[in-house]
Formats: sequence, C-alpha cells, structure tokens
Amino acid sequence: MSEILEILLGLGDKFAAHIVLAASAIGLGLLVALPLAVWASRSQTVARFALGFASLVQTIPALALLALFFPILLSLRAVFGEDLPTLGFLPALLALALYALLPILRNAVTAQANLDPGVLEAADGVGMTSWQKLTLVEAPLSAPFIMAGIRTASVWTIGAATLATTIGQPSLGDPIFAGLQTQNWALVVAGCIASAGLALVVDALLGIVENGFAKRNRWQYGAGIIAVGLGVVGALAYQSGGDDEDTIIIASKQFSEQYILAQLIGSQLEKAGYSVEYRDGLGSAVVHSAVASSSIDISVDYTGTIWTNELGRTDNPGREVMYQTIADWERDNTGVRVLGRLGFENAYAFAMRADRAEELGVTSLEQLVPFGPQLTVGGDPEFFERPEWIAVRDAYGMRFGETRNFSPTFMYNALRSGEADVISAYTSDGRIAADRLVVLDDPREALPSYDAMLMLSPRIAQDEGVASALEPLIGAISVEAMRESNYAVDREGEGKLSPKEAAAQLAETLDL
Amino acid sequence: MTAVGGVSCTIDHGSFVALVGSSGSGKSTLLKMVNTLVTPSGGRVLFGGEDVTTLKQSQLRRRVGYVFQGIGLFPHFTVGENIAIGPRLAGEKLSDARIAELLTLVELEPDMASRMPDELSGGQRQRVGVARALAGDPELLIMDEPFGALDPITRDALGVKVRELHEKFGLTTIMVTHDMAEALLLADRVMVMSFGELVADETPRALLDGEGGEIAQSLVAVPRQQAERLASMERSENPA
Repeated sequence: MSEILEILLGLGDKFAAHIVLAASAIGLGLLVALPLAVWASRSQTVARFALGFASLVQTIPALALLALFFPILLSLRAVFGEDLPTLGFLPALLALALYALLPILRNAVTAQANLDPGVLEAADGVGMTSWQKLTLVEAPLSAPFIMAGIRTASVWTIGAATLATTIGQPSLGDPIFAGLQTQNWALVVAGCIASAGLALVVDALLGIVENGFAKRNRWQYGAGIIAVGLGVVGALAYQSGGDDEDTIIIASKQFSEQYILAQLIGSQLEKAGYSVEYRDGLGSAVVHSAVASSSIDISVDYTGTIWTNELGRTDNPGREVMYQTIADWERDNTGVRVLGRLGFENAYAFAMRADRAEELGVTSLEQLVPFGPQLTVGGDPEFFERPEWIAVRDAYGMRFGETRNFSPTFMYNALRSGEADVISAYTSDGRIAADRLVVLDDPREALPSYDAMLMLSPRIAQDEGVASALEPLIGAISVEAMRESNYAVDREGEGKLSPKEAAAQLAETLDL
Repeated sequence: MTAVGGVSCTIDHGSFVALVGSSGSGKSTLLKMVNTLVTPSGGRVLFGGEDVTTLKQSQLRRRVGYVFQGIGLFPHFTVGENIAIGPRLAGEKLSDARIAELLTLVELEPDMASRMPDELSGGQRQRVGVARALAGDPELLIMDEPFGALDPITRDALGVKVRELHEKFGLTTIMVTHDMAEALLLADRVMVMSFGELVADETPRALLDGEGGEIAQSLVAVPRQQAERLASMERSENPA
C-alpha cells in the first residue's frame, strides 16, 4: 500500500496534465455542442445529421480515434504548415472533444425537444426575440439536462484521457501503460486510483451544479462551478512551471526494453547537461513519424521494423546491407539521423518451453513443421500480419493448428501455462533465459535482422553535443546485457527493478 | 391547403368579439395573425390602421395582450416575474405595487407574487396569465380558448372577470372559443368560422333570434337545447 501511495504522490505532473487535457476537451466539446444543439432545435435536418455524426464517432474505439488524428494532422500540415503538432496535446484534445460531443449534444437536443410548447408560445406571445427566448427561457429550462450530459461527458473523457499516453500526451495513462508493460501492478493501481478518483470528484462537483440548476439555487451551482474552475486553474498553474525549448524529448514504445533504453539515453544526456523529457508508451506505429516530424527527438528503432514499415521492402539482403540502406534512406528522405547501432538485436524468433521442445525433439523451425497442425502458436497483436510470419510460413510451409494474439508480456505467461506451445519471442527478451526457453534455429534465414538503432530527429540531427553524449552507447550493449536488464524489469517478486533502476545498473555494467 | 381564406372584417375599438367555430375551422390561426405568431401567405391584418407585419414585433406584442389555453407561465420565474416579463423585455421594471395591483385585478392575493407557478392551481395560473397580458397596458386583448382547460365554476368566474376588466380599461377584446354559450354570454359580437371562412357575423341577440345562417344556428342550438332540457327537468320535478 505504501508503495502505491508513494507513486500517487509522485503523479502530480501527470495529474495536472490529465486535468488540463480533460477540461480542455470538455470545454471544446461544449463550444461545439451547445451552438449545434441550438441550431438543431431549429432544424430537424441539422438535428439528425449532428446526432448521427456524434453517434458514429462514439462507435470508434477511443484508442483508434486518438491514433487516427496523427495521420489527419500530418496531412493538415499541407495547409497549416510544418509547425502543426501531430502528437501530444493537440490530437488528444481533438479526439477527446469529439468523444465528449455526443452526451452533451444528445442531452441538449432532448432537453430542447421536451420543453413545454405552451411556455415557448408564451415566450413568443410576450414579444421575446429569438435571442431573448434562448437566454431567458430555453437555456435556463434546459440547463439541468445539459448539465447531466456534461457530467456523463466528463466521466467518459477523464477515463478515455488515459489513452492519450499512446500518442505522446502525458496523462494518468502513463503509469498505467508503463505498469502494464513492466508488470508493475502498483503503478497500474496508482494510475487507476488517480483517474477514477478524479472522475468521481468531478462527477460529484458537477452533480452539485446540476442539482443547483434544477432547484434554481444560485449559491449551489455557483459554488460547484467555482470548485471545478479552481481545480482547472490549479492544474494549469502547476503545469506552467516547467517546459523550456531546449528540452530533448525521448520516446519509448510500449515495452520494457524501450523504457530502459529511454532512461539510459536520458541519463547520458543529463550528464552532458541537457534537460530531458520522456514520452513513454507511444504506439509503435507513430514513433517513426514522430521522430521524423521532430515531435520527439530521440527514439530507439529496429532495422527490421523500418525496413518493412518505412522502406516498404520485403526482401532480406542481410544484416549489414539492411542497416546501411536504412541509414542512407533516412538521411535522404526524412532528415532523421541514424546515429548508430546499439549492438544487440531484438529480432523475432520462435521459442518453446525446453521440456516441450525435448518431448517433440525439435531444435529448428524445419523440425517443427510436421508437428505444426497439433500446436497453438502465440504472437503479439501484429505478428501474424507481419512479413516475418509470412516469410517463415512460406519458407518452411509452416501451418499451425491455432493462432492466438497476446500482448508481449502475456505471451510468455501463455507459454508457461500451456495456452500456447510456440510463441513469437524477441531475441533480447530476458524471459528467454529466465524461463529457459529454446529459441528455434532458422536454417533457411527467413527471419530478418532487428538491430536496435539510435534515431535523432531532424531538429537535433546536427547537435554534436547530443551525438557525443550518446556515442558511448553505440555498439556497447550486448544481447546478454540487454536480456539481463529486460528481465530485471519484467520479472516478478524479489529483484524486480524499475526501468530507471535497470538503466542505472546497465550503465554501470557498460562502465559509463 | 388553406387554413384561413376569404375573411374580411373590421373590429371596432372597445368591442368584445367572440370568434366561434368547431375544431379546425381556422379561428386560432386567424387570431394568431393579429400578433404575428402566424404570418399569412396572402392578405393583411391592420391594427390601428397599420399592417401588423410592418410594426416592430416587440412593440406590437406589448400592445396586444395574449392569453391562451396553454397558459405558458415560465416555470423558472416567480409569479411576479412572470407578470413583469413584457415590460422587462421593453427595458422597464414593473414596481411591486403595480404587480400587486394586477394580482388584485384578477382576484389573487398580492403576496402571491413571490410564489412559483407550480404552487398554483390551474385557475390561479390562468388568472396570472391574464394579469401578465394586462401588464403592458395593451390596447387589444386576444385570447385563444383562454378558459378551455378550467373547471366550469372557475371558467365562469374568470369569464365574468375578463369582461369586467374589458369594460374597466376600455379594451378591445377578441376571444376564440368553441363554446357558443360562452360567446353569447360574454361578447357584443359573435363571428362564426367554418372551414377557414367567416360564415356569420352577428350580435348575440340576432343569433338568438335565428339570424346568421345554418352553421351558426346549429352551434346556437346546442346550448339552447341544453337550457330547455334543464328547464323542463326543473318543471317536472316541481309540479307545483
């Protein structure tokens, strides 16, 4: 418990960022929804169209909606110029505001539709203009219902804002995502407590406002609004403390190795006098575009990933050629500087439990083929769509009885519990050694290489200070060292380290 | 479809006119053209010699008090605020004394001004509705089935009260009703509408004397027969 409390106390900046994001999204949602509701109350067509659109948006999973704003904003750069941010606050704000639209709009439209026609006739009869009718009659009578919509929207938005982490916007999702990846449940629980607690408090305060509107008690709704306002202002004040231009932003994807390397890079830069900031848990798909657009400054990416996703290549020219081709391609096409390779590979490989492999008598993919139809294979969510799987399938004629998707962390649990017989493991994964897994040979060289590379955004590509601070990492990290470090974070119980601690230990091993 | 057509008439200052007809005859539509709640596709309504559609809407509606079946008190305003709304829209503040006076005129207690509409009975609410219509010192009072939703006793009392106020302030009043008895008892002049047209325009006396044509007479026949049946019941129970 004290551990969770300690984490909670350290969440101040995430908490403030979360409040500012959610409040801005609801505010923007209101700015759009209320005029739209007024318009809708005067036109059936608008009402149908607006509600239809808002409902449609609601059917898109929040995570997908957030991710979709990245390509949308990227294409909008053609109009608004290169300074338009594509990650972080802006896309999170837009996606969440869209999400907040429906409950506010629906309640406002319903409230308007249910106003007593006699009262509206009287408003005309006494000579109100349509503006007077809106402000003196329609708005005050609809207010409690609209407030109920705002409450619903707020609870949804505060919850969904945790997903903003995946597009590089700090929020209370940061501890949740980091905790899920590193199996640090205290982090997950702390993140959940903070965001659920925030939602409950906001719901209660807005409930007071709603009740005040219904009872037409000025003191009551005034007090509620002031309390909410103070919370937002407090969060804004807290947030405006830090932030300066020279900060270098280090990104990490959603797995332990990335968290550790980000911390390692960060500590190297801090030693050299730079101030750094972390964008943890970015979606894998957005990291490359983010570094290419200088939304972030440093990432660690893998040759195989860039090869297929960015260069669109499916061939396998071998490890060295692949790396050189990528480094040249980045320099010529995106302006990203590939500083070098860290030394280890995090490639896809097929792994089995040692006892199971022995039982079947297999040590290579070739030998596994005849047993395939009786086996269940587990892969990360993208694996069975990836060219690696297609290459293996085609090179060996591999067929499995059942294929299942797991998040990387749970994949190893599935292997342990027998829910999967073979998994698509990663070569740098600490659990390969810890679980004494057998990595099957790939005699036909179907699987491409995945060298870890340091990528610098165009913004800092020419910064020799950064380059020299990171130089000692190039070629320095062996796959064994990386495995050990990853395992320290991924393991449970005694000896489990946070990514930061593991990074410090790794730095020590590397003599930095 | 034409809701109202072929209506041409003049209403004198100070007269109390009842507009009678069955449901869907166009009487409410005709009435609402007077304060431009309905705008006609053709034809004109002149008020004091001016076309109502050329008058400033807020000014027009102050000069024309409007009372209707739905009452439409604003539920979030007190009784006093409801009465004062017309002048308030014109930028005037109605004094508490004036609100008390208006409440007294419609036979309500002056201290009712601070109550909310949902604390009142239906009859009390319509009295407030009448007070609200009178608050701006209108020249013309138009009423659309004003007593339609009230119980008979309240209805009768309020009808008499409105006629009395009409006299007192020298108003011109147009009342839409489907109840011929009410029209005959309150108005100086009864106009009968059918399918959007004006089919009779007579004094109550003339209607009772059989004037006004078939449709008007079929409407007069209802209360007359009711009265005769009641009278004969009274006679048979009191043979002496």
